[in-house]
Amino acid sequence: MLRLESISKTFNPGTPDAKRAITDLSLHVKPGDFISIIGANGAGKSTLFNAICGSFPVDAGRVVLDGKDVTMTPEHVRAKVIGRLFQDPMRGSAPGMSIEENLVLAAGNGGWLSRASRREKQGFRDRLALLNMGLEDRMKQPVGLLSGGQRQALTLMMATLSMPKLLLLDEHTAALDPGTAEKVLELTTRIVAENHLTCLMITHNMQSALDLGNRTIMMDQGNIVFDTQGDERAALTVDDLLEKFRQASGKKLDNDRMLLMK
Amino acid sequence: MALPTILGLGQTALELALFNSLTVLALFLSYTMLNVCDLSTDGCYALGAAVGAVVAIAGHPWLSIPAAMLAGMLSGLVTATLQTRMGVNSLLAGIIVNTGLYSVNIWIMGGSSLLNMNKTETVFTQLKALLKDTPLSGCYALIIGLIAVTAVIAFQSAFLRTKLGLAIRATGDNPDMVRSSSINPVFTTTVGLCVSNMFTALSGCLLAQSQKSVTVDIGSGMVTVALASLLIGGVFLGRRSIPVRAVGAVLGAFVFRLVYTIALRFNLPAFMLKLISSVIVVIAISGPYLKSQWPMIRRRMAGRFGKAGA
Repeated sequence: MLRLESISKTFNPGTPDAKRAITDLSLHVKPGDFISIIGANGAGKSTLFNAICGSFPVDAGRVVLDGKDVTMTPEHVRAKVIGRLFQDPMRGSAPGMSIEENLVLAAGNGGWLSRASRREKQGFRDRLALLNMGLEDRMKQPVGLLSGGQRQALTLMMATLSMPKLLLLDEHTAALDPGTAEKVLELTTRIVAENHLTCLMITHNMQSALDLGNRTIMMDQGNIVFDTQGDERAALTVDDLLEKFRQASGKKLDNDRMLLMK
Repeated sequence: MALPTILGLGQTALELALFNSLTVLALFLSYTMLNVCDLSTDGCYALGAAVGAVVAIAGHPWLSIPAAMLAGMLSGLVTATLQTRMGVNSLLAGIIVNTGLYSVNIWIMGGSSLLNMNKTETVFTQLKALLKDTPLSGCYALIIGLIAVTAVIAFQSAFLRTKLGLAIRATGDNPDMVRSSSINPVFTTTVGLCVSNMFTALSGCLLAQSQKSVTVDIGSGMVTVALASLLIGGVFLGRRSIPVRAVGAVLGAFVFRLVYTIALRFNLPAFMLKLISSVIVVIAISGPYLKSQWPMIRRRMAGRFGKAGA
């Protein structure tokens, strides 16, 4: 599904601020994989997502998506097959446009000059009803009126509406309160399972990193330092994971946030 | 003042408001929807007037209108290309195009800064001849203005509901979202500016033909006048559906004209129009901001003058 072949990225090359964000990273993602990604701040997790999406060209290596080399493909073209959620719930939808308009735009059916049919709109209502948030009765309201959790759930719906080949979740529940976060996370697993999506999820919550999905990778200093799946992963506890981190990076885990989340 | 004079003045004001409201509708697309302040508006308005006049003088009254619109579209394409593909700041791109258009417009008018259409066959003279000896004979300009405004409102209402229209609105509403989506912001910005400048040029073309002359500075200050009208319209019909808001923009143009006409009645010299429009824009933009800051300002003042608990 997704193959990263020794990609590297350095920001501000040739200056004193040069930062090697990703170093010679390779990753093979199989269709239907649900991979959780953990690592301290600055480990290169978001940069990895940006490289997959094409927010910037990688300095070296290849990005192969669904059998096609997309290394040089612009971001908006890749976005047709990649759905992406950010930590900030405000980032994924247009606040001044109605829920319905946002969904029409996200579905991307039909030509540029076409309009959404009544049946299409009914389909959106039905899918929104599955969220159990009452959004289906607020189709004409501007998205700006929704709460953060509602907006993130809507964004999730929007991202998966066009059946992306790959879903990238960048700490998409981190800005929500614990209750809402749990709900959105539950929704995520359900939508991913129902549509058999391939999914990468960055999280700071070690427990959900182990609970969700079928594979966990840990990143440090721009590379993958630990990669586990199957029985080995099933037997892991959060403490094991922290110990692995110490071994792999050769230092004590000093990120408060990561420790707090165990 | 005699009643016919007042009616006559009212009708002229109405006609002017109709022609200029096309520019307001253009800014409704670029400023309100796409969130780009297009400062090439003045030059584009004059461009439409110049192209329309030259084509009409060459003997093609009907062709002059699409020709002016096409010219406006090209001007929008240049502005959009500068800001989306060549790294020029969007405000600066408008100013640069505006400056360049000054030369282009004089060049189009054959090296002269003034063109006269007194004996030229235009859409207006043709309709005037057609309506001769009917009750509507005096209203030909009004009719053309109404048709144009209705057509543009209908177009925009339909256009902004298409997928492309939604994508243009999203580009203005949340650029972050659009950047990481399958919408190409370069494309949506370009289309938006092309369409909006098309209407600006149409606006200039019609005004010039109705007053039978073009000067190169016919569009000077137009962007401020149109913004003032747009913001006035937003006060009345701001938070509603797109067609209603478009009507609001036209209404704003009328109110602006009205204020202007009243000001003139109080013997305010005509050259004060630009100052009035500037003041209206300032009030309309900074009004809501100052209102939100008011409690803060009040507390600070109270602190300064020693009034506790104010």
